[in-house]
Amino acid sequence: MGNEMRIAEDNPPLLSALDRPNSYIGRSVPRPNIKRLAQGRGQYVSDVMLPRMAHVAFVRSPHAHANIKKIETAAAKKSPGVIAVVTGAELAKVITPWVGVLTHLKGLKSAPQYAMAVDRACWQGEAVCAVVARTRAEAEDACELVEVDYEPLPAVTDMETALEPATPVIQPSLGDNLCFERKLDVGEVDKAFAESDAIVETTFIFGRHTGVTNEARSIVADWNPGDERMTVYQGTQAPHMMQNLFAKHLGLAEHQVRVITKDVGGSFGIKVHCYADEMATVALSKLLKRPVKFIADRIESFVTDIHARDHRIKAKIGVKNDGTIMAFEIDDLTGIGPYSMYPRTSGIEANQIVGLVGGSYKCPNYRAQARVVFQNKNVMCQYRAVGHPIATAVTEALVEMAAAKIGMDPLEIRRRNLVPDDGYPCAAPSGLKFEQLSHHESLAHLDAMMNYAGLRAEQKKLREKGIYRGIGFASFIEVTNPSAAFYGVGGAKITSQDGATVKLDAQGSIIVQSGVTEQGQGAESVLAQVVASSFGVSIDRVRVITGDTDNTPYGGGTWASRAAGIGGEAAWQAGKALRGNVLAVAASILQAKPGDLDIRNGVVVDAASGTERLPLEELARIAYFRPDTLPAGIQPELIATRHYVPRQWPFAFTNGVQASYLEVDVDTGFVKLLKHWCVEDCGTVINPQLVDEQIRGGIVQGIGGALFEHCRYDERGQLLNGNMADYLVPMAAEMPDIEIGHVVTPTADSELGAKGAGEAGTAGAPGCVMNAINDALRPLGAKPLTDMPFTPDKILRALGKV
Amino acid sequence: MSERLIDITLTVNGDSISERVEARKTLVDFLRDDLALTGTHIGCEHGFCGACTVRLNGEIVRGCLMLAVQCDGANVETIEGLSDSGELADLQSAFEQRNALQCGFCTPGVLATAQDLLKSVRQSGVPSREKIREHLSGNYCRCTGYHAIVDAIEAVAKQRAGGA
Repeated sequence: MGNEMRIAEDNPPLLSALDRPNSYIGRSVPRPNIKRLAQGRGQYVSDVMLPRMAHVAFVRSPHAHANIKKIETAAAKKSPGVIAVVTGAELAKVITPWVGVLTHLKGLKSAPQYAMAVDRACWQGEAVCAVVARTRAEAEDACELVEVDYEPLPAVTDMETALEPATPVIQPSLGDNLCFERKLDVGEVDKAFAESDAIVETTFIFGRHTGVTNEARSIVADWNPGDERMTVYQGTQAPHMMQNLFAKHLGLAEHQVRVITKDVGGSFGIKVHCYADEMATVALSKLLKRPVKFIADRIESFVTDIHARDHRIKAKIGVKNDGTIMAFEIDDLTGIGPYSMYPRTSGIEANQIVGLVGGSYKCPNYRAQARVVFQNKNVMCQYRAVGHPIATAVTEALVEMAAAKIGMDPLEIRRRNLVPDDGYPCAAPSGLKFEQLSHHESLAHLDAMMNYAGLRAEQKKLREKGIYRGIGFASFIEVTNPSAAFYGVGGAKITSQDGATVKLDAQGSIIVQSGVTEQGQGAESVLAQVVASSFGVSIDRVRVITGDTDNTPYGGGTWASRAAGIGGEAAWQAGKALRGNVLAVAASILQAKPGDLDIRNGVVVDAASGTERLPLEELARIAYFRPDTLPAGIQPELIATRHYVPRQWPFAFTNGVQASYLEVDVDTGFVKLLKHWCVEDCGTVINPQLVDEQIRGGIVQGIGGALFEHCRYDERGQLLNGNMADYLVPMAAEMPDIEIGHVVTPTADSELGAKGAGEAGTAGAPGCVMNAINDALRPLGAKPLTDMPFTPDKILRALGKV
Repeated sequence: MSERLIDITLTVNGDSISERVEARKTLVDFLRDDLALTGTHIGCEHGFCGACTVRLNGEIVRGCLMLAVQCDGANVETIEGLSDSGELADLQSAFEQRNALQCGFCTPGVLATAQDLLKSVRQSGVPSREKIREHLSGNYCRCTGYHAIVDAIEAVAKQRAGGA
């Protein structure tokens, strides 16, 4: 099947392969779980209360790097309500340490990390001692009474000097502070630069920021020594992955561990990792033989939730006067804290950046270097859109700076260099393979949607009045629907396949059990839509169950924008399989051929005429309660399971383009966002509203990184702004309205044709905003801003006003 | 110890409640831990995110910045009460139709804040999108990007202003 591309309408017409009667594919139906959440009747892990449940609070290192000489716990143990005080050394007897490496990231190394520091704390905020008490307040009271004798050590905080011989080595067993390194040199880079008419060379800084999920990381672990099972209620994106890790490090079999994930108050990649304090909580439950609850408070979140995006990138582009991009070159340096995060590692973001820079363009000459170094700061790892916001910002800023240098319109330079829409399949210089993208169609759609020419005219007129507005763009590509190429090949027990079980209940309704998880993005709605369509019932008769390792097929969960494309395809296939099973039973009852029947709107019908033959309620009644009336040899199987993993393409790349329109107050340095646009191509759009809202939310998250969010550390490794008063996040008043458009290029890898949509907004927004700010300030001769976040102070400095 | 515990009597969602609480206990901890009203959420515990927004004597307050003992004699309304009374029904419906919530963690607080803005919409008129955004400026939502929330509130404002 070829890839047919077209602009999506507000209500996209049904795609032929999916054109089942009463199809829900392409319809904005409300999410089945939304009513509960709107009434405050969700169940988040922080709401879970169990009999005999105790609460843990952690004593955390105030030093970025220190030996732990002694921990005095006697006073804490006598504090009211205290059940146990457990040091890192004591807990190490219950749970084994881990090492965050993947074999396909060659050379990546890390040191063993314990659930709590044993001899040495390596970042400010690392837990060194746990206090378990009847209430969290009593546990915190007793934490105050734990006396830890620290011997402060020099803190390695500057990534620029982390590899110098004079810098202490954080993990002596590793020999140096280098976690991972990758180099790439494709085409004839030096020759291409020599032949360029114009060269732009600059350094980009991306400030560390973090996810700030509204619900902090939360876990309740419940070890039952009677049945020797650990039940863990956890706000996680990957229940089966966590089941494996809890079992592995507690010395249990996987079937002894059940992970339950109900409602999760925001994830964004923050909740797809193995956190030391969560491992400690599970170990404490095993040790104390009772449920133990840990909810990170906001301060703990800032010093222990993974950070991301701390990159310094020296970058260079060469262009001809006709706009032809000749070469890209980058040198990325990133600091990831004292350990590579487990089990996904902290090498992935840099690896992605190397792979993605320049990937939208025809340019064949590309040189890249990335070095990932250890520091005594909080751990850093994968967060929404992993590497994409950085790769996109670097590429797109270089392209717009080059365009400005040769006097070319920023859309025109893209038209001349983006891979043509009929140029697929093809590969990026880094080797990433693209099935079919739609850069030009997307650009044309955006141009019209935003009335680019009109905005340029308005901008020009306002400049004459001393009002400085900017228009910035970012074309982007985005990795979605990952195959085993991401983690499985590197030895991690992170499955890329996913499964769905679909069954007909005794009243003819449908239950779907899926291995993907709901984080609020609408996965359960997508699964219900897909199964209702492929099986043939109205969506109100479909109930979806996710987030329970005892009751769902083995699956990867939600990350890398995989839930709809992979989990959705498995559910689509399972729905079809169950339809086949049901029609076999119906055919035997009706003395018809299964192929002559179909299921439409909950009724078995003649496929050709649509004449109703048998309601599903009646079929279920016969199959479950009067199987004696069925012909001999007919055994109804009213349940079907299917699994799916992409096989033809390692990733289903999506693409799109964003635009930002903003105004810079040149006296105060404040940026006012006026409007934002995104045209995105995620293949088949299952639920247009959910896709649009993923993109809008993602864009605002990207804007946060561009304008506000920054984990600021001092040279001693102390986080200076670990609270929501000092760490700024995007709020309603500062955010613009966001207009979304679609181009639809289904992937031929699956029948559904859906690619991921969850991260595209975040991928493009920071670069787009950067370009708009620099466009606004260009007539004032300001040095281009390349150091995110773009605070008023930095803008005034660029203008030479402070 | 005894001075740490204080008896309070208050009305919560129409029910008269008498409890002995620790003097240091916040209103949101009291609602969640003592009354099991878990619809009021804890996001930051320092008055920034608005996830714990509840209505106290008709005004919206931060549940994390009030102590339970300060609420002695007060009338407290949480998302559970505001849902069951039907007061938020049109807002909730608009949020559901517009997908103005994703993870839903901020939603109880956002709805209370939206209702605070719209309670007098028939007198004050339909607020502009800027005004809606400004009124929501103390409610952090990481999922939606706010656009859908503004859409939903704007739609309800128009319905209420123009409706019966």
